[in-house]
Amino acid sequence: MSEAVRELTFKDYATDQEVRWCPGCGDYSILKAVHRALADAKADPANTVFVSGIGCSSRLPYYVETYGFHTIHGRAPAIATGVKLANPALDVWVITGDGDGLSIGGNHLLHALRRNVNLNILMLNNEIYGLTKGQYSPTSRIGTESPSSPHGSLDTPVQPGLFAIGAGATFIARAVDIDQKGLPVILNEARNHVGAAFVEILQNCIVYNADVFDDVVAKKTAADTQIHVVHGEPLVYGKARDKGLRLNPRTLALEAVTLGVDGVTEADILVHDETNPVLAQLLVTLRAPLPVAMGVIHRRQAPAFDQSFVEHKPAVRRQRVRQLLHKGNILDRR
Amino acid sequence: MRGCFDAEAQVANMGSESRSGKLSYVVRFAGDSGDGIQLQGQQFTMASALGGNDLATLPDFPAEIRAPAGTRYGVSAFQIHFGGERITSPGDTPDVLIAFNPAALVVNLPQLEPGALILVDEQAFTEQRLKRADLDRNPLEDSSLATFEVVRIDISRLTEEAVKPFGMGAKDSQRCKNFWALGLMLWMFDQPRDPTVAWIERRFANEALRNANLAALNAGHAYGETAELTRVLAQHPTPAAPLARAEYRTITGAEGVALGLLAAGELADTQVMFCSYPITPASSILHHLADLEDAGVSTFQAEDEIAAICAAIGASYAGRLGVTSSSGPGIALKTEAMGLAVAAELPLIIVNSQRAGPSTGMPTKTEQSDLYQAVYGRNGDTPIPVLATRSPGDCFDTTIEAVRIALRHMTPVMLLTDGYIANASELWPIPDIDHYPPIASTKPTENTEGSVFQRDPSTLGRVWAAPGDRRFVYRVGGIEKDIETGNISYDAANHQAMTDMRAAKVASVADFIPDQVIEQGSPGGLAVVAWGSTYGTLHQAVLESIRAGLDVAQIHLRHLNPLPGNLGELLGRFHTVLVPELNTGQLATLLRDRLLVRVAQLNKVTGQPFTVQEVRQAIQQHARPRLKEVRP
Ligand code: SF4
Repeated sequence: MSEAVRELTFKDYATDQEVRWCPGCGDYSILKAVHRALADAKADPANTVFVSGIGCSSRLPYYVETYGFHTIHGRAPAIATGVKLANPALDVWVITGDGDGLSIGGNHLLHALRRNVNLNILMLNNEIYGLTKGQYSPTSRIGTESPSSPHGSLDTPVQPGLFAIGAGATFIARAVDIDQKGLPVILNEARNHVGAAFVEILQNCIVYNADVFDDVVAKKTAADTQIHVVHGEPLVYGKARDKGLRLNPRTLALEAVTLGVDGVTEADILVHDETNPVLAQLLVTLRAPLPVAMGVIHRRQAPAFDQSFVEHKPAVRRQRVRQLLHKGNILDRR
Repeated sequence: MRGCFDAEAQVANMGSESRSGKLSYVVRFAGDSGDGIQLQGQQFTMASALGGNDLATLPDFPAEIRAPAGTRYGVSAFQIHFGGERITSPGDTPDVLIAFNPAALVVNLPQLEPGALILVDEQAFTEQRLKRADLDRNPLEDSSLATFEVVRIDISRLTEEAVKPFGMGAKDSQRCKNFWALGLMLWMFDQPRDPTVAWIERRFANEALRNANLAALNAGHAYGETAELTRVLAQHPTPAAPLARAEYRTITGAEGVALGLLAAGELADTQVMFCSYPITPASSILHHLADLEDAGVSTFQAEDEIAAICAAIGASYAGRLGVTSSSGPGIALKTEAMGLAVAAELPLIIVNSQRAGPSTGMPTKTEQSDLYQAVYGRNGDTPIPVLATRSPGDCFDTTIEAVRIALRHMTPVMLLTDGYIANASELWPIPDIDHYPPIASTKPTENTEGSVFQRDPSTLGRVWAAPGDRRFVYRVGGIEKDIETGNISYDAANHQAMTDMRAAKVASVADFIPDQVIEQGSPGGLAVVAWGSTYGTLHQAVLESIRAGLDVAQIHLRHLNPLPGNLGELLGRFHTVLVPELNTGQLATLLRDRLLVRVAQLNKVTGQPFTVQEVRQAIQQHARPRLKEVRP
């Protein structure tokens, strides 16, 4: 495919299909960020594949003007692995949700991450089953009232980022659906990562779980409820950038401190090291009243599975097949 | 491929029968898993092949890797039928049983006929080991073996003596017993030792072990030559089989499928991606294909059965031929994904090495009970072509045929084999790949333009475009799609049209497959109609019945969905149709369903193949004598 790609704008990455999400769904802004990220990266649509499972989020490939495969519930990581192994030159994206990726497809996500297949995996987490009409999901908080849990859900939710660390993911990021500036940047960081990149996107399901992330994403308080982590920079946040995270050596936990209070100086604030898996675990599990971590939480280099899965094109394949047909002891009765 | 037998040579051989007048023999090795029974069997197989015999084998082993020693359920056995005539079945009754312990003796006794020769390792018949085999008395010392020829040999001690010079203690020497016994068997049937010698030399890097095993092999052989027992242990050489001119090798079904995939990929000029999850008895196909990237096949061991088929589908979407392989329980898990491949109109090969079910069933025992699953077993109206292999060597051609259909019609294809075929071996004339026509696919050429959902009117295969191709950037999925654009469509008429198209596509396969032929016999009387691994036994049973004057013919199906177009008419020319199957009647149902024919059944589900005798009895019941004057 040596033919030059004409300069594409972000509109060129949209298909002619009518988008069928509920008005106001967070998926719209994620779709826009995907279009934007592809345009920013000058991605070649012919070499780009979006693979998804089942659920509201998994409709996304129909709306991206690249190759796309909307598959079956939970299996997108497995199908994407096949696509990537078959043609490692492709840029392969996986679109999944919390139910698709962590319930029915948890096993495949685990193995795609631990194998470090060179995929960009976006988990659109809305903490609910949308397409099946609002049942609680594996990321729903305890007590979530839903048609299948009228008195509140009982089970402890899975934390997507912590799951990814447990699976040995080499890239873990988190972002918010409406962050039109930050999200495309993170998507391209994921795209550029060699290996499995896992991005959890907090997505608002306006119909069945409206504003469930308000405590984190509400504009008015976001500066204090989120911390945007940047490799090599101190972990500070707050409207006045006067708050920071410090490691408490006795509890081995992060704690929030304010610069200038109780003698806290910048030297006390931890500096983000995205290559450190221990720090990644501390950051990825932060919950209110501490700020929720956004950005690239973890990134390290490791061999990608598909790199070791290259095909050796033989000079004379037929000869090789002939040789294999004749393997072993031969009785020559010619 | 087995039609290559040279009939004239066969007749010529009639005069060169062995001393006992037999052209072929059945030998059964039996002992604990730890006795290396399967290895002995394989080595003996190799020797008789290189000695010029035709052969068929029946490995029969427990699911446990090292089942408790000396128990009845832990007995591992290997049966081989070999000799100087055409051989299609592993034989009903062993002429020779070599039993390494009391359990191996008692569980195999019911199969023997009076006069059979039994060789036992005498030292293994201790009180303790008799008890392990649930025996209160030593069968060597009562009259229970009176009708057989029993030869007691102290194999354990003789082996110990043979390997002592190489520093092997009593315990280690036990591990060489199998080669001692093999040496004796090779002597007894005058088979060459060289292949086994070469194998031992390759296999054992440790010099002491290598020499000990060689010494055991040679000692067993020498025992036969020199023992005073010669009058009992006569040598039974067999003439070379009347083979057509070709190069031959032995092949198991698993090797046949693996080689078929390698050849088909090359014939289709397409890279193959084989994705599977370990399961008995299918895993050996994965083992045979591992590390053959240079021959155009890559393998991927997935995290589970579902991931395996999904990765294969992903590979097919990306332009390689995806293949997945499993056994019944694993195939059940793959069902939903098969529907996706049908909906997305992608080529895919699904190999099912059937085993006894339901559930886990009996993993190492054979059965043909997944035909309903293959033909009917999916949600929605989701037809796929189904083919079945009939023998280890036939796996090669049937696999190529499956790939041909998958790529011609852009459809998943189910290839049925079974635990018996997968493990059994036969002598196979090595085919010349240049004699096979190339496999066409719907891959776009330079001149292809338009939608990927344009379909060839005769095959209904769509364009197999893959990512990387700028002309065909498209999206597809499991949601019903518009028949022309591929976009999501819930339109009523469109779903009708798509469902009709999917049915017509699979039906169109029948336009490309050869007419069903009669294997042997002629129309009029009884047709024995079957599929799969029963072929060899049925061949023998029908042959013997015809020779006995019965009006019977054999029809064996490779194509089960769709059935060959002429099958209904063909069966209409018979008075009675008998369907023998290793299940409760699945092909019988299919024939009634598709062809509205009356069929009689012969069914067996013991985990063991049919015997020729069982089939002959059933034929006897249903067939009439052939009336010469009725013949035109
Ligand atoms: S149900 Fe929720 S997640 Fe699904 S489209 Fe509607 S708002 Fe979006």
